[in-house]
Amino acid sequence: MSSAMESLYQEVILDLSRHPHGRGLEGEANGTSHQVNPTCGDEITLELHLEPGTDRIRSVRWDGHGCAISQASASLFSDLAPGLTTGELGERIAVFRMAMRSHGTIEPDEELLGDAVALGGVSRYVARVKCAMLAWVAGEEAIAAAVPA
Amino acid sequence: MTVISAPSFAELSQDEIAAIRRDFPILGSQVNGHPLVYLDSGATSQKPRVVIDTEREYYERENAAVHRGAHTLAALATERFEDARATVARFIGAHDDEIVWTSNATEGLNLVAYAIGNATAGRGGDAAKRFRLVPGDEIVVTEMEHHANLLPWQELAARTGATLRYIPIADDGTLRMEEAQSLVNSRTRILAFTHVSNVLGVINPVSELVALARSVGALVVLDACQSAPHFALNVAELDVDFAAFSGHKMLGPTGVGVLYGRSELLNALPPFLTGGSMITSVTMESAEYLPAPHRFEAGTQRVSQAIALGAAVDYLERIGMPRIAQHEAALGQLLVAGLEAIPGVTVLGPRLGEPRVGLASFDVQGVHSHDLGQFLDDRGIAVRVGHHCAQPLHRRLGVTSSTRASAYLYTTADEVAEFLDGVTAATEFFGVPR
Repeated sequence: MSSAMESLYQEVILDLSRHPHGRGLEGEANGTSHQVNPTCGDEITLELHLEPGTDRIRSVRWDGHGCAISQASASLFSDLAPGLTTGELGERIAVFRMAMRSHGTIEPDEELLGDAVALGGVSRYVARVKCAMLAWVAGEEAIAAAVPA
Repeated sequence: MTVISAPSFAELSQDEIAAIRRDFPILGSQVNGHPLVYLDSGATSQKPRVVIDTEREYYERENAAVHRGAHTLAALATERFEDARATVARFIGAHDDEIVWTSNATEGLNLVAYAIGNATAGRGGDAAKRFRLVPGDEIVVTEMEHHANLLPWQELAARTGATLRYIPIADDGTLRMEEAQSLVNSRTRILAFTHVSNVLGVINPVSELVALARSVGALVVLDACQSAPHFALNVAELDVDFAAFSGHKMLGPTGVGVLYGRSELLNALPPFLTGGSMITSVTMESAEYLPAPHRFEAGTQRVSQAIALGAAVDYLERIGMPRIAQHEAALGQLLVAGLEAIPGVTVLGPRLGEPRVGLASFDVQGVHSHDLGQFLDDRGIAVRVGHHCAQPLHRRLGVTSSTRASAYLYTTADEVAEFLDGVTAATEFFGVPR
Protein backbone atom coordinates (compact mmCIF):
# COMPACT_ATOMS: atom_id res chain seq x y z
CA MET A 1 0.00 0.00 0.00
CA SER A 2 1.29 3.44 -0.83
CA SER A 3 2.13 5.77 2.01
CA ALA A 4 -0.19 8.36 0.48
CA MET A 5 -3.15 6.02 0.88
CA GLU A 6 -2.09 5.09 4.41
CA SER A 7 -1.80 8.70 5.50
CA LEU A 8 -5.15 9.59 3.95
CA TYR A 9 -6.96 6.53 5.27
CA GLN A 10 -5.42 6.20 8.72
CA GLU A 11 -6.52 3.19 10.72
CA VAL A 12 -8.72 5.36 12.95
CA ILE A 13 -10.60 6.58 9.88
CA LEU A 14 -11.18 3.09 8.52
CA ASP A 15 -12.25 1.87 11.98
CA LEU A 16 -14.69 4.72 12.49
CA SER A 17 -16.19 4.29 9.02
CA ARG A 18 -17.03 0.70 9.99
CA HIS A 19 -17.93 1.41 13.64
CA PRO A 20 -19.21 4.98 13.83
CA HIS A 21 -19.58 7.09 16.98
CA GLY A 22 -22.61 9.27 17.67
CA ARG A 23 -24.67 7.70 14.95
CA GLY A 24 -28.45 7.64 15.31
CA LEU A 25 -30.76 10.59 15.84
CA GLU A 26 -32.57 11.21 19.15
CA GLY A 27 -34.97 13.99 18.20
CA GLU A 28 -35.87 17.05 20.31
CA ALA A 29 -32.50 18.62 19.57
CA ASN A 30 -31.65 22.25 20.30
CA GLY A 31 -30.38 22.63 16.76
CA THR A 32 -30.33 20.46 13.65
CA SER A 33 -28.91 20.66 10.16
CA HIS A 34 -29.15 18.64 6.97
CA GLN A 35 -26.27 18.85 4.51
CA VAL A 36 -25.83 17.30 1.07
CA ASN A 37 -22.70 16.96 -1.03
CA PRO A 38 -24.17 17.41 -4.52
CA THR A 39 -21.22 15.88 -6.34
CA CYS A 40 -21.73 12.45 -4.77
CA GLY A 41 -25.17 12.61 -3.15
CA ASP A 42 -23.74 12.02 0.32
CA GLU A 43 -25.81 13.48 3.10
CA ILE A 44 -25.90 13.99 6.82
CA THR A 45 -28.49 15.06 9.36
CA LEU A 46 -26.92 16.32 12.57
CA GLU A 47 -28.45 17.12 15.96
CA LEU A 48 -26.96 19.36 18.62
CA HIS A 49 -28.09 18.62 22.19
CA LEU A 50 -27.28 21.19 24.91
CA GLU A 51 -27.15 20.85 28.70
CA PRO A 52 -30.44 22.35 29.92
CA GLY A 53 -30.34 26.13 30.30
CA THR A 54 -26.76 26.48 29.02
CA ASP A 55 -24.86 26.79 25.78
CA ARG A 56 -22.73 23.76 26.75
CA ILE A 57 -22.98 20.76 24.42
CA ARG A 58 -24.22 17.51 25.90
CA SER A 59 -24.00 15.48 22.69
CA VAL A 60 -23.95 15.52 18.92
CA ARG A 61 -25.95 12.85 17.11
CA TRP A 62 -26.01 12.27 13.40
CA ASP A 63 -27.26 10.01 10.66
CA GLY A 64 -26.42 9.81 6.99
CA HIS A 65 -24.40 8.01 4.41
CA GLY A 66 -21.21 8.71 2.57
CA CYS A 67 -17.59 7.83 2.00
CA ALA A 68 -15.19 6.61 4.69
CA ILE A 69 -13.85 10.14 5.16
CA SER A 70 -17.23 11.81 5.62
CA GLN A 71 -18.42 9.04 7.95
CA ALA A 72 -15.27 9.07 10.07
CA SER A 73 -15.34 12.84 10.15
CA ALA A 74 -18.90 12.85 11.54
CA SER A 75 -17.79 10.40 14.25
CA LEU A 76 -14.77 12.52 15.14
CA PHE A 77 -16.91 15.64 15.29
CA SER A 78 -19.39 13.96 17.62
CA ASP A 79 -16.46 12.85 19.83
CA LEU A 80 -15.03 16.36 19.97
CA ALA A 81 -18.15 18.37 20.76
CA PRO A 82 -19.42 17.20 24.19
CA GLY A 83 -18.42 19.51 27.05
CA LEU A 84 -17.59 22.45 24.82
CA THR A 85 -19.73 25.57 24.61
CA THR A 86 -21.25 26.33 21.23
CA GLY A 87 -18.82 29.25 20.96
CA GLU A 88 -15.83 27.01 21.64
CA LEU A 89 -17.01 24.42 19.14
CA GLY A 90 -17.57 27.16 16.56
CA GLU A 91 -13.95 28.25 16.97
CA ARG A 92 -12.71 24.69 16.51
CA ILE A 93 -14.80 24.29 13.37
CA ALA A 94 -13.03 27.39 12.04
CA VAL A 95 -9.62 25.92 12.93
CA PHE A 96 -10.53 22.63 11.27
CA ARG A 97 -11.73 24.40 8.15
CA MET A 98 -8.53 26.39 7.88
CA ALA A 99 -6.45 23.20 8.08
CA MET A 100 -8.66 21.44 5.53
CA ARG A 101 -8.34 24.30 3.05
CA SER A 102 -4.58 24.58 3.46
CA HIS A 103 -3.56 22.11 0.69
CA GLY A 104 -1.51 20.24 3.26
CA THR A 105 0.38 23.31 4.52
CA ILE A 106 -1.27 23.51 7.98
CA GLU A 107 -1.10 20.55 10.34
CA PRO A 108 -4.30 20.44 12.38
CA ASP A 109 -3.85 21.39 16.05
CA GLU A 110 -4.25 18.30 18.23
CA GLU A 111 -4.92 20.32 21.39
CA LEU A 112 -7.96 21.88 19.79
CA LEU A 113 -9.13 19.10 17.51
CA GLY A 114 -8.19 15.90 19.35
CA ASP A 115 -8.46 12.73 17.29
CA ALA A 116 -9.84 14.72 14.35
CA VAL A 117 -6.23 15.49 13.42
CA ALA A 118 -6.34 12.07 11.74
CA LEU A 119 -8.18 13.88 8.94
CA GLY A 120 -5.18 16.14 8.30
CA GLY A 121 -4.13 14.15 5.22
CA VAL A 122 -7.40 15.03 3.48
CA SER A 123 -6.30 18.63 2.93
CA ARG A 124 -3.90 17.49 0.20
CA TYR A 125 -6.85 16.12 -1.79
CA VAL A 126 -8.90 19.14 -2.83
CA ALA A 127 -11.76 16.99 -4.14
CA ARG A 128 -12.15 15.31 -0.74
CA VAL A 129 -12.16 18.37 1.52
CA LYS A 130 -15.93 18.61 1.12
CA CYS A 131 -16.25 15.03 2.39
CA ALA A 132 -14.31 15.87 5.54
CA MET A 133 -16.16 19.16 6.05
CA LEU A 134 -19.71 17.82 5.64
CA ALA A 135 -20.36 17.09 9.34
CA TRP A 136 -18.54 20.20 10.49
CA VAL A 137 -20.61 22.44 8.21
CA ALA A 138 -23.71 20.71 9.56
CA GLY A 139 -22.42 21.37 13.10
CA GLU A 140 -21.86 25.02 12.30
CA GLU A 141 -25.39 25.37 10.97
CA ALA A 142 -26.85 23.49 13.95
CA ILE A 143 -25.04 25.89 16.31
CA ALA A 144 -26.42 28.88 14.43
CA ALA A 145 -29.91 27.41 14.61
CA ALA A 146 -29.65 26.31 18.26
CA VAL A 147 -32.23 27.54 20.75
CA PRO A 148 -31.51 26.92 24.45
CA ALA A 149 -33.61 24.24 26.09
CA MET B 1 -32.92 -18.84 -37.00
CA THR B 2 -30.73 -15.89 -37.77
CA VAL B 3 -27.16 -16.76 -38.52
CA ILE B 4 -24.83 -14.04 -37.36
CA SER B 5 -21.97 -13.99 -39.80
CA ALA B 6 -18.47 -13.13 -38.73
CA PRO B 7 -17.75 -9.41 -39.03
CA SER B 8 -16.24 -8.54 -42.38
CA PHE B 9 -13.53 -6.44 -40.80
CA ALA B 10 -10.38 -7.34 -38.93
CA GLU B 11 -10.35 -6.64 -35.22
CA LEU B 12 -7.91 -4.09 -33.87
CA SER B 13 -4.59 -5.82 -33.35
CA GLN B 14 -2.34 -5.16 -30.36
CA ASP B 15 0.14 -3.45 -32.68
CA GLU B 16 -2.58 -1.21 -34.01
CA ILE B 17 -3.73 -0.28 -30.53
CA ALA B 18 -0.14 0.45 -29.55
CA ALA B 19 0.13 2.71 -32.61
CA ILE B 20 -3.15 4.42 -31.75
CA ARG B 21 -1.92 5.02 -28.19
CA ARG B 22 1.19 6.77 -29.52
CA ASP B 23 -1.13 9.25 -31.24
CA PHE B 24 -2.45 10.38 -27.84
CA PRO B 25 0.24 12.37 -26.01
CA ILE B 26 -1.49 12.18 -22.60
CA LEU B 27 -1.56 8.38 -22.61
CA GLY B 28 2.18 8.32 -22.09
CA SER B 29 2.00 10.30 -18.85
CA GLN B 30 2.52 9.20 -15.26
CA VAL B 31 -0.02 9.80 -12.51
CA ASN B 32 0.99 9.40 -8.87
CA GLY B 33 4.09 7.53 -9.96
CA HIS B 34 2.25 5.08 -12.19
CA PRO B 35 1.56 5.01 -15.93
CA LEU B 36 -1.85 6.55 -16.52
CA VAL B 37 -4.67 4.03 -16.94
CA TYR B 38 -7.43 6.19 -18.32
CA LEU B 39 -10.83 4.56 -17.87
CA ASP B 40 -12.98 7.68 -17.88
CA SER B 41 -13.60 8.14 -21.60
CA GLY B 42 -17.35 8.04 -20.96
CA ALA B 43 -16.92 11.39 -19.22
CA THR B 44 -14.48 12.81 -21.74
CA SER B 45 -12.14 11.18 -24.23
CA GLN B 46 -8.47 11.91 -24.65
CA LYS B 47 -7.32 13.72 -27.82
CA PRO B 48 -5.02 12.52 -30.57
CA ARG B 49 -2.22 14.82 -31.65
CA VAL B 50 -3.94 15.52 -34.99
CA VAL B 51 -6.90 17.09 -33.17
CA ILE B 52 -4.67 19.21 -30.94
CA ASP B 53 -2.57 20.24 -33.94
CA THR B 54 -5.61 21.05 -36.07
CA GLU B 55 -6.93 23.45 -33.48
CA ARG B 56 -3.54 25.06 -32.91
CA GLU B 57 -2.78 25.37 -36.63
CA TYR B 58 -6.14 26.98 -37.27
CA TYR B 59 -5.20 29.73 -34.81
CA GLU B 60 -1.70 29.98 -36.25
CA ARG B 61 -2.69 30.19 -39.91
CA GLU B 62 -6.39 30.64 -40.60
CA ASN B 63 -8.14 32.34 -37.71
CA ALA B 64 -10.86 34.77 -38.82
CA ALA B 65 -14.56 35.44 -38.29
CA VAL B 66 -16.72 33.08 -40.30
CA HIS B 67 -19.72 34.01 -42.46
CA ARG B 68 -18.77 37.68 -42.55
CA GLY B 69 -15.95 39.75 -43.96
CA ALA B 70 -14.59 39.65 -47.50
CA HIS B 71 -10.95 38.98 -46.78
CA THR B 72 -9.00 35.85 -47.64
CA LEU B 73 -8.71 34.48 -44.12
CA ALA B 74 -12.43 34.96 -43.49
CA ALA B 75 -13.21 32.96 -46.61
CA LEU B 76 -10.73 30.25 -45.64
CA ALA B 77 -12.04 29.98 -42.08
CA THR B 78 -15.62 29.79 -43.35
CA GLU B 79 -14.68 27.04 -45.76
CA ARG B 80 -12.95 25.00 -43.06
CA PHE B 81 -15.87 25.53 -40.68
CA GLU B 82 -18.42 24.36 -43.25
CA ASP B 83 -16.20 21.46 -44.36
CA ALA B 84 -16.20 20.24 -40.75
CA ARG B 85 -20.00 20.40 -40.78
CA ALA B 86 -20.04 18.28 -43.93
CA THR B 87 -17.64 15.78 -42.33
CA VAL B 88 -19.87 15.39 -39.28
CA ALA B 89 -22.98 15.17 -41.47
CA ARG B 90 -21.48 12.35 -43.51
CA PHE B 91 -20.34 10.63 -40.30
CA ILE B 92 -23.94 10.26 -39.07
CA GLY B 93 -25.76 9.98 -42.40
CA ALA B 94 -27.26 13.47 -42.39
CA HIS B 95 -27.35 16.41 -44.82
CA ASP B 96 -25.05 19.35 -44.13
CA ASP B 97 -27.92 21.69 -43.32
CA GLU B 98 -29.19 19.28 -40.69
CA ILE B 99 -26.12 19.77 -38.49
CA VAL B 100 -26.28 22.55 -35.91
CA TRP B 101 -23.14 23.37 -33.92
CA THR B 102 -23.76 23.64 -30.21
CA SER B 103 -21.49 23.86 -27.17
CA ASN B 104 -22.23 20.27 -26.18
CA ALA B 105 -25.05 17.74 -26.15
CA THR B 106 -26.66 19.46 -23.17
CA GLU B 107 -27.03 22.64 -25.19
CA GLY B 108 -28.38 20.69 -28.16
CA LEU B 109 -31.10 19.06 -26.06
CA ASN B 110 -31.94 22.37 -24.42
CA LEU B 111 -32.09 23.99 -27.85
CA VAL B 112 -34.82 21.59 -28.95
CA ALA B 113 -36.74 21.94 -25.68
CA TYR B 114 -36.53 25.74 -25.63
CA ALA B 115 -37.39 26.08 -29.31
CA ILE B 116 -40.50 23.95 -28.70
CA GLY B 117 -41.24 26.17 -25.70
CA ASN B 118 -40.92 29.23 -27.92
CA ALA B 119 -43.28 27.64 -30.45
CA THR B 120 -45.72 26.99 -27.62
CA ALA B 121 -45.49 30.68 -26.69
CA GLY B 122 -46.65 31.49 -30.24
CA ARG B 123 -43.28 32.21 -31.84
CA GLY B 124 -42.41 30.85 -35.27
CA GLY B 125 -45.73 31.55 -36.95
CA ASP B 126 -47.87 28.94 -38.66
CA ALA B 127 -44.89 26.72 -39.47
CA ALA B 128 -44.22 26.22 -35.75
CA LYS B 129 -47.81 25.40 -34.79
CA ARG B 130 -47.07 21.69 -35.06
CA PHE B 131 -44.72 21.96 -32.07
CA ARG B 132 -47.12 23.74 -29.71
CA LEU B 133 -47.78 21.92 -26.44
CA VAL B 134 -50.97 22.24 -24.42
CA PRO B 135 -51.88 20.93 -20.95
CA GLY B 136 -52.72 17.26 -21.35
CA ASP B 137 -49.93 16.67 -23.85
CA GLU B 138 -47.26 14.28 -22.68
CA ILE B 139 -43.48 14.13 -22.98
CA VAL B 140 -42.01 10.68 -22.43
CA VAL B 141 -38.42 10.00 -21.34
CA THR B 142 -36.83 6.96 -19.68
CA GLU B 143 -35.80 6.25 -16.11
CA MET B 144 -32.15 5.89 -17.17
CA GLU B 145 -31.69 9.38 -18.62
CA HIS B 146 -28.67 11.53 -17.90
CA HIS B 147 -29.89 14.75 -16.28
CA ALA B 148 -29.13 16.48 -19.61
CA ASN B 149 -31.96 14.58 -21.27
CA LEU B 150 -34.30 14.83 -18.29
CA LEU B 151 -34.17 18.36 -16.92
CA PRO B 152 -34.81 20.19 -20.24
CA TRP B 153 -38.02 18.15 -20.56
CA GLN B 154 -38.97 18.64 -16.91
CA GLU B 155 -38.60 22.37 -17.45
CA LEU B 156 -40.47 22.34 -20.76
CA ALA B 157 -43.34 20.45 -19.12
CA ALA B 158 -43.40 22.94 -16.25
CA ARG B 159 -43.47 25.90 -18.66
CA THR B 160 -46.16 24.51 -20.96
CA GLY B 161 -48.43 22.50 -18.67
CA ALA B 162 -47.52 19.27 -20.44
CA THR B 163 -46.97 16.14 -18.34
CA LEU B 164 -43.62 14.35 -18.13
CA ARG B 165 -43.76 10.57 -17.98
CA TYR B 166 -41.06 7.96 -18.09
CA ILE B 167 -40.48 4.42 -19.26
CA PRO B 168 -39.24 2.42 -16.26
CA ILE B 169 -36.32 0.01 -16.36
CA ALA B 170 -36.13 -3.63 -15.35
CA ASP B 171 -33.57 -4.81 -12.79
CA ASP B 172 -31.09 -5.69 -15.54
CA GLY B 173 -31.18 -2.10 -16.78
CA THR B 174 -33.20 -2.73 -19.93
CA LEU B 175 -36.29 -0.66 -20.68
CA ARG B 176 -39.63 -2.22 -19.80
CA MET B 177 -40.89 -2.15 -23.37
CA GLU B 178 -44.27 -3.67 -22.46
CA GLU B 179 -44.91 -0.55 -20.36
CA ALA B 180 -43.61 1.67 -23.13
CA GLN B 181 -46.45 0.38 -25.32
CA SER B 182 -49.06 2.07 -23.11
CA LEU B 183 -46.91 5.03 -21.96
CA VAL B 184 -46.47 6.17 -25.54
CA ASN B 185 -50.02 6.98 -26.61
CA SER B 186 -52.14 9.56 -28.41
CA ARG B 187 -51.22 12.21 -25.81
CA THR B 188 -47.48 11.74 -26.42
CA ARG B 189 -45.90 14.61 -28.34
CA ILE B 190 -42.22 13.99 -27.65
CA LEU B 191 -40.30 10.79 -26.96
CA ALA B 192 -36.78 11.60 -25.74
CA PHE B 193 -34.39 8.82 -24.80
CA THR B 194 -30.75 7.92 -24.66
CA HIS B 195 -29.27 5.61 -27.26
CA VAL B 196 -26.79 4.14 -24.76
CA SER B 197 -26.97 4.61 -21.00
CA ASN B 198 -23.92 6.40 -19.61
CA VAL B 199 -24.24 4.31 -16.43
CA LEU B 200 -25.53 0.92 -17.53
CA GLY B 201 -23.86 0.65 -20.92
CA VAL B 202 -27.10 -0.82 -22.23
CA ILE B 203 -28.03 -0.12 -25.86
CA ASN B 204 -31.68 0.86 -26.16
CA PRO B 205 -33.94 -0.53 -28.91
CA VAL B 206 -34.13 2.60 -31.05
CA SER B 207 -36.17 1.10 -33.87
CA GLU B 208 -38.88 -0.22 -31.52
CA LEU B 209 -39.08 3.11 -29.71
CA VAL B 210 -39.16 5.07 -32.96
CA ALA B 211 -41.94 2.81 -34.25
CA LEU B 212 -43.96 3.53 -31.10
CA ALA B 213 -43.43 7.27 -31.51
CA ARG B 214 -44.30 7.18 -35.22
CA SER B 215 -47.51 5.28 -34.52
CA VAL B 216 -48.75 8.23 -32.44
CA GLY B 217 -47.08 11.06 -34.36
CA ALA B 218 -44.65 12.00 -31.57
CA LEU B 219 -41.26 13.63 -32.18
CA VAL B 220 -38.21 11.49 -31.40
CA VAL B 221 -35.20 13.06 -29.67
CA LEU B 222 -32.14 10.85 -29.30
CA ASP B 223 -29.34 11.46 -26.81
CA ALA B 224 -26.43 10.02 -28.80
CA CYS B 225 -23.67 11.07 -26.39
CA GLN B 226 -22.57 7.53 -25.61
CA SER B 227 -23.29 6.06 -29.05
CA ALA B 228 -21.92 8.46 -31.67
CA PRO B 229 -18.34 8.18 -30.31
CA HIS B 230 -18.42 4.40 -30.07
CA PHE B 231 -20.22 2.82 -33.02
CA ALA B 232 -21.42 3.68 -36.48
CA LEU B 233 -24.52 5.81 -36.29
CA ASN B 234 -26.88 6.67 -39.13
CA VAL B 235 -29.63 9.08 -38.15
CA ALA B 236 -31.52 8.54 -41.42
CA GLU B 237 -31.62 4.77 -40.87
CA LEU B 238 -32.54 5.23 -37.21
CA ASP B 239 -35.30 7.59 -38.41
CA VAL B 240 -35.00 9.92 -35.40
CA ASP B 241 -36.09 13.56 -35.59
CA PHE B 242 -33.31 15.02 -33.46
CA ALA B 243 -30.06 13.65 -32.10
CA ALA B 244 -27.49 15.36 -29.88
CA PHE B 245 -23.92 14.49 -28.98
CA SER B 246 -20.74 16.12 -27.67
CA GLY B 247 -17.42 16.56 -29.47
CA HIS B 248 -15.22 16.07 -26.43
CA LYS B 249 -16.42 12.50 -25.89
CA MET B 250 -15.31 11.51 -29.42
CA LEU B 251 -11.70 12.70 -29.51
CA GLY B 252 -12.71 16.30 -30.25
CA PRO B 253 -12.15 19.41 -28.15
CA THR B 254 -14.45 20.69 -25.43
CA GLY B 255 -16.83 23.50 -26.33
CA VAL B 256 -18.35 21.91 -29.42
CA GLY B 257 -21.32 19.62 -29.80
CA VAL B 258 -23.68 18.58 -32.54
CA LEU B 259 -27.43 18.73 -32.86
CA TYR B 260 -28.88 16.82 -35.74
CA GLY B 261 -32.40 17.78 -36.76
CA ARG B 262 -34.51 16.67 -39.67
CA SER B 263 -34.34 19.54 -42.16
CA GLU B 264 -38.08 20.26 -42.37
CA LEU B 265 -38.30 20.33 -38.57
CA LEU B 266 -35.30 22.59 -38.02
CA ASN B 267 -36.67 25.03 -40.59
CA ALA B 268 -40.07 25.10 -38.89
CA LEU B 269 -38.72 25.59 -35.36
CA PRO B 270 -38.32 29.11 -33.99
CA PRO B 271 -34.82 29.95 -32.80
CA PHE B 272 -33.54 29.37 -29.27
CA LEU B 273 -30.65 31.84 -28.92
CA THR B 274 -30.98 35.02 -30.95
CA GLY B 275 -28.47 37.68 -31.97
CA GLY B 276 -25.80 38.20 -34.58
CA SER B 277 -25.35 36.08 -37.72
CA MET B 278 -28.66 34.23 -37.65
CA ILE B 279 -30.93 36.76 -39.38
CA THR B 280 -31.95 37.90 -42.85
CA SER B 281 -33.35 41.29 -41.83
CA VAL B 282 -33.85 43.17 -38.60
CA THR B 283 -35.91 46.23 -37.73
CA MET B 284 -36.35 47.83 -34.32
CA GLU B 285 -39.59 45.86 -33.95
CA SER B 286 -38.90 42.39 -35.36
CA ALA B 287 -36.59 40.10 -37.31
CA GLU B 288 -36.59 37.45 -40.02
CA TYR B 289 -34.37 34.47 -39.45
CA LEU B 290 -32.07 32.47 -41.69
CA PRO B 291 -32.94 28.89 -42.58
CA ALA B 292 -31.38 26.09 -40.56
CA PRO B 293 -28.74 25.44 -39.46
CA HIS B 294 -27.70 29.09 -39.23
CA ARG B 295 -30.87 30.23 -37.50
CA PHE B 296 -29.65 28.23 -34.49
CA GLU B 297 -26.10 29.58 -34.53
CA ALA B 298 -26.33 33.02 -33.00
CA GLY B 299 -23.18 34.94 -32.24
CA THR B 300 -19.57 34.05 -32.88
CA GLN B 301 -19.23 30.32 -33.35
CA ARG B 302 -16.80 27.77 -31.90
CA VAL B 303 -14.83 27.68 -35.14
CA SER B 304 -11.55 26.12 -34.02
CA GLN B 305 -13.37 23.44 -32.05
CA ALA B 306 -15.67 22.54 -34.95
CA ILE B 307 -12.71 22.19 -37.31
CA ALA B 308 -10.84 20.09 -34.76
CA LEU B 309 -13.94 17.92 -34.28
CA GLY B 310 -13.85 17.35 -38.04
CA ALA B 311 -10.27 16.09 -37.63
CA ALA B 312 -11.43 13.80 -34.81
CA VAL B 313 -14.13 12.32 -37.04
CA ASP B 314 -11.58 11.75 -39.81
CA TYR B 315 -9.36 9.97 -37.28
CA LEU B 316 -12.21 7.71 -36.10
CA GLU B 317 -13.23 6.90 -39.67
CA ARG B 318 -9.69 6.02 -40.67
CA ILE B 319 -9.71 3.29 -38.05
CA GLY B 320 -13.33 2.42 -38.72
CA MET B 321 -16.28 2.66 -36.37
CA PRO B 322 -17.26 -1.04 -36.64
CA ARG B 323 -13.77 -2.07 -35.54
CA ILE B 324 -13.79 0.43 -32.68
CA ALA B 325 -17.20 -0.87 -31.59
CA GLN B 326 -16.00 -4.46 -31.68
CA HIS B 327 -12.89 -3.64 -29.63
CA GLU B 328 -14.92 -1.79 -27.02
CA ALA B 329 -17.63 -4.44 -26.80
CA ALA B 330 -14.94 -7.01 -26.01
CA LEU B 331 -13.50 -4.74 -23.30
CA GLY B 332 -17.00 -4.23 -21.88
CA GLN B 333 -17.40 -7.99 -21.46
CA LEU B 334 -13.90 -8.24 -19.92
CA LEU B 335 -14.84 -5.56 -17.42
CA VAL B 336 -18.08 -7.30 -16.42
CA ALA B 337 -16.50 -10.76 -16.22
CA GLY B 338 -13.66 -9.46 -14.04
CA LEU B 339 -15.84 -7.34 -11.78
CA GLU B 340 -18.42 -10.05 -11.19
CA ALA B 341 -15.63 -12.34 -9.99
CA ILE B 342 -14.62 -9.93 -7.18
CA PRO B 343 -16.43 -10.61 -3.87
CA GLY B 344 -18.75 -7.79 -2.84
CA VAL B 345 -18.99 -6.27 -6.34
CA THR B 346 -22.33 -5.81 -8.08
CA VAL B 347 -22.29 -4.71 -11.71
CA LEU B 348 -25.15 -2.41 -12.74
CA GLY B 349 -26.93 -3.11 -16.00
CA PRO B 350 -26.75 -6.03 -18.41
CA ARG B 351 -25.24 -9.30 -17.19
CA LEU B 352 -22.18 -10.95 -18.69
CA GLY B 353 -22.78 -11.92 -22.30
CA GLU B 354 -25.63 -9.44 -22.79
CA PRO B 355 -24.99 -6.55 -25.19
CA ARG B 356 -23.25 -3.54 -23.68
CA VAL B 357 -20.75 -0.95 -24.83
CA GLY B 358 -17.26 -0.69 -23.38
CA LEU B 359 -18.19 0.54 -19.95
CA ALA B 360 -19.27 -0.91 -16.62
CA SER B 361 -20.60 0.77 -13.49
CA PHE B 362 -20.63 -1.11 -10.25
CA ASP B 363 -21.24 -0.97 -6.54
CA VAL B 364 -18.89 -2.45 -3.96
CA GLN B 365 -20.57 -3.52 -0.76
CA GLY B 366 -19.21 -1.48 2.13
CA VAL B 367 -16.93 0.69 -0.03
CA HIS B 368 -18.05 4.13 -1.12
CA SER B 369 -17.32 5.02 -4.75
CA HIS B 370 -15.29 8.10 -3.75
CA ASP B 371 -13.00 6.01 -1.57
CA LEU B 372 -12.61 3.46 -4.34
CA GLY B 373 -11.89 6.17 -6.91
CA GLN B 374 -9.28 7.69 -4.58
CA PHE B 375 -7.64 4.31 -4.08
CA LEU B 376 -7.50 3.64 -7.82
CA ASP B 377 -6.18 7.15 -8.52
CA ASP B 378 -3.29 6.40 -6.18
CA ARG B 379 -2.36 3.69 -8.71
CA GLY B 380 -2.74 6.03 -11.67
CA ILE B 381 -6.13 4.60 -12.63
CA ALA B 382 -8.76 7.18 -13.59
CA VAL B 383 -12.42 6.20 -13.19
CA ARG B 384 -15.63 8.12 -12.65
CA VAL B 385 -17.33 8.04 -9.26
CA GLY B 386 -20.62 9.43 -8.02
CA HIS B 387 -24.08 9.41 -9.58
CA HIS B 388 -22.83 10.20 -13.12
CA CYS B 389 -25.59 12.82 -13.54
CA ALA B 390 -28.22 10.10 -13.27
CA GLN B 391 -29.65 10.37 -9.77
CA PRO B 392 -33.10 8.89 -10.55
CA LEU B 393 -31.44 5.85 -12.14
CA HIS B 394 -29.20 5.27 -9.10
CA ARG B 395 -32.19 5.68 -6.79
CA ARG B 396 -34.08 3.08 -8.85
CA LEU B 397 -31.13 0.68 -8.54
CA GLY B 398 -30.99 1.25 -4.77
CA VAL B 399 -27.55 2.86 -4.66
CA THR B 400 -26.50 6.47 -4.00
CA SER B 401 -23.48 6.31 -6.22
CA SER B 402 -21.39 3.95 -8.29
CA THR B 403 -17.95 3.63 -9.85
CA ARG B 404 -17.67 3.55 -13.63
CA ALA B 405 -14.84 2.30 -15.81
CA SER B 406 -15.27 3.31 -19.45
CA ALA B 407 -13.06 2.33 -22.37
CA TYR B 408 -12.34 3.72 -25.80
CA LEU B 409 -10.40 2.70 -28.88
CA TYR B 410 -7.07 3.27 -27.07
CA THR B 411 -7.93 1.13 -24.03
CA THR B 412 -6.08 -2.18 -23.70
CA ALA B 413 -6.99 -5.47 -22.06
CA ASP B 414 -3.90 -5.02 -19.85
CA GLU B 415 -5.35 -1.77 -18.54
CA VAL B 416 -8.60 -3.54 -17.72
CA ALA B 417 -6.59 -6.19 -15.84
CA GLU B 418 -4.74 -3.50 -13.86
CA PHE B 419 -8.02 -1.86 -13.01
CA LEU B 420 -9.48 -5.18 -11.82
CA ASP B 421 -6.39 -5.77 -9.65
CA GLY B 422 -6.90 -2.32 -8.19
CA VAL B 423 -10.54 -2.98 -7.34
CA THR B 424 -9.59 -6.27 -5.69
CA ALA B 425 -6.88 -4.56 -3.64
CA ALA B 426 -9.35 -1.84 -2.63
CA THR B 427 -11.87 -4.35 -1.34
CA GLU B 428 -9.10 -5.79 0.84
CA PHE B 429 -7.88 -2.36 2.00
CA PHE B 430 -11.34 -1.13 2.95
CA GLY B 431 -12.27 -4.53 4.40
CA VAL B 432 -15.28 -5.56 2.39
CA PRO B 433 -17.48 -7.87 4.46
CA ARG B 434 -17.47 -11.35 2.93
